[in-house]
Amino acid sequence: MENKHRLLSILNVITVVLFLVSTWLVFAYAPLERTMGPVQKVFYFHVSTAWVGMLGFFVSAIMGVMYLLKGKRIWDTVGVSSIEISFVFFLIAIISGSIWARPIWNTWWTWDPRLTTAAVVELIYGAYFLLRQGVDEPQKRARFSAVYAIIGFFSVPLTFISIRFLRTIHPVVIGGGDPSVVGGFNMTGPMKFTFFFSLFTFSVLFADLLWHRSRLGRLASELEDLRLALTS
Amino acid sequence: MRDYLRVLWAIVWKDLAVEFRSRELITAMLVFSLLVILIFNFALELEVQTRESVTAGVLWVTFTFAGTLGLNRSMASEKDRGCLDGLLLAPVDRSAMYFGKAVSNLTFMLVVEAIVLPVTSVLFNVNLFHLGFLGVVLLGSIGYIAVGTLLATMTVQIRTRDILLPILLFPLTVPVLIAAVKASNGFLLGYPRDMIVAWINLIIVYDVIFTAIAFMTFDYVVEE
Amino acid sequence: MIEARKISKRFGLKRVLHDLDFKVPDGGCVALLGPNGSGKTTLLRILASLTKVDEGEVWIDGYRLSDQAALARGRVGFVSHQPLLYGDLTAKENLQFYGRMYGISDIQQRTAQVLELVGLYPRQADLVRTFSRGMGQRLAIARAILHQPQVLLFDEPHTGLDPDSVSMLDNILLDMSRQGHTLVISSHDPVHVADLVSRFDVLSEGELITSKGVEEIGVEHALAFYRDAVMGKGERRG
Repeated sequence: MENKHRLLSILNVITVVLFLVSTWLVFAYAPLERTMGPVQKVFYFHVSTAWVGMLGFFVSAIMGVMYLLKGKRIWDTVGVSSIEISFVFFLIAIISGSIWARPIWNTWWTWDPRLTTAAVVELIYGAYFLLRQGVDEPQKRARFSAVYAIIGFFSVPLTFISIRFLRTIHPVVIGGGDPSVVGGFNMTGPMKFTFFFSLFTFSVLFADLLWHRSRLGRLASELEDLRLALTS
Repeated sequence: MRDYLRVLWAIVWKDLAVEFRSRELITAMLVFSLLVILIFNFALELEVQTRESVTAGVLWVTFTFAGTLGLNRSMASEKDRGCLDGLLLAPVDRSAMYFGKAVSNLTFMLVVEAIVLPVTSVLFNVNLFHLGFLGVVLLGSIGYIAVGTLLATMTVQIRTRDILLPILLFPLTVPVLIAAVKASNGFLLGYPRDMIVAWINLIIVYDVIFTAIAFMTFDYVVEE
Repeated sequence: MIEARKISKRFGLKRVLHDLDFKVPDGGCVALLGPNGSGKTTLLRILASLTKVDEGEVWIDGYRLSDQAALARGRVGFVSHQPLLYGDLTAKENLQFYGRMYGISDIQQRTAQVLELVGLYPRQADLVRTFSRGMGQRLAIARAILHQPQVLLFDEPHTGLDPDSVSMLDNILLDMSRQGHTLVISSHDPVHVADLVSRFDVLSEGELITSKGVEEIGVEHALAFYRDAVMGKGERRG
């Protein structure tokens, strides 16, 4: 039984510190937005979690390619860990988006591109988990997961674009020109800083969680190996 | 290259010959499609004005569901007598098998569509015979089959094969579905030209990307 | 010529083949013996390039499987447990399909030839669905030799065959051997194959435990030799 890598412990500490700082920034440093008030602060976490979600998908697609090329089990372990984390973060993004949306647009759900794409991605993840569940042999399971993760990842931009061509009411904060869209707002200096700090914090959080989860996955595989070796 | 194409066409010919004898696959897809169209007709209680605007959507939903039937049967017929191995023994690159099956699957889907479209045209009293519309049907089917064949080859090797294929396939076909319906409506309802072209471009991009990915990853799906 | 060097294969956790060396010279005729689960089928499937090895290299007639598998496949004929035939097609159509897959130039003639060889010419227009196991197996053999491969691999070909089919198969095997083809036949029955091959290779738990010429063993001692080999492995472990 190996001990936690020292770097991982350090990363844990860094993550916690970053999170505390980020929270302080969001609640104390960033100014209150004019029209929406406190609810707008959800934005910092909402976008960050969605960002992590996409990051996770990207990572797992890379892991998929690596597994197909190299064949080592660790690529598969990191791949599935990444998707699991991404699944949770997208869920948080959708829910936090709902919390933000209710007071602004007076509805819990809209069929706008970002939200709908997130929902479709969650379904792809669900399919991914079902796929893994249906294959008993580890190498085959890893290969199929890898291929599906790759195809799934490439479908996301196309899905997003196709829904985007339809009408949208989602506030386009970054790069959006029209402030008359309900819920849109322009970011001031401190807001921008808080925003990017949040993004950074969540990225570090993702890396930390990924490392933990992958480590767990690896230990679980080793345990499985030992158990099988004993009973055969 | 010549060997590659020869194997590809051998597989297509074989699939068509088998289907010609048994007619299981096309019959199943056809009956299912017509049933779905009928159900939509009752469920949506369409008035004359609205019919035109939903026809494309109804058709694409039907094709999406019926398509999985065809894909499942097509790959199952290989797996069940070990014929998948037979195909893998061919002395060419494994992707020839992918393209062979994809072309057969596409042919079956087009045959079913060729029958369902006129029937729908009559039942819904909508004229579906625009060249553009038919072109969209073709392009959309290509994208669907490109991904579907790859995934069906995967799921046929899994215990839960019948329910797993739609679950794996549908989320990935959202772009094609949306673009195909929009482009179809474009032709049927007379949208502006450049808008339709945008949707068609999206379908083409989808077709190209996914055929390429399927071609590159097919080997990993069939290897042991 | 077949050469497998230090090949290993595992499915999940189960190690099916372990550091195996297997070599058959041109025109050689080898029986692959061993209890169930010893790895015979996996080895044959690897040689047929249907299964990939985790470690090691395999050469078939000079083609290395890791990067020239497609070329190697043209030199191999494989008869497996399953018939690999399409029930809704006739015997002739099945062979025509495989003929096209292998790029045979004179398909009609060659098809007729092999059908004649396996005694199925009168049934060529019948759907394979209607065939008995024996006939199906015979057609499978016809399919395997259609493209005149140098190397022929048979996975327990005698299983479930009626006596007529068995003797027909044996004649074909002897013929192939006489013509100089390289044969590997896996079997449960050392006595039966002793007449057909020139070497016994015994597998157990993924390892090649012994390899001996049949002449050296003596046909009468075939069963005893096989039993000893498998037992010996068991004793050495226990």
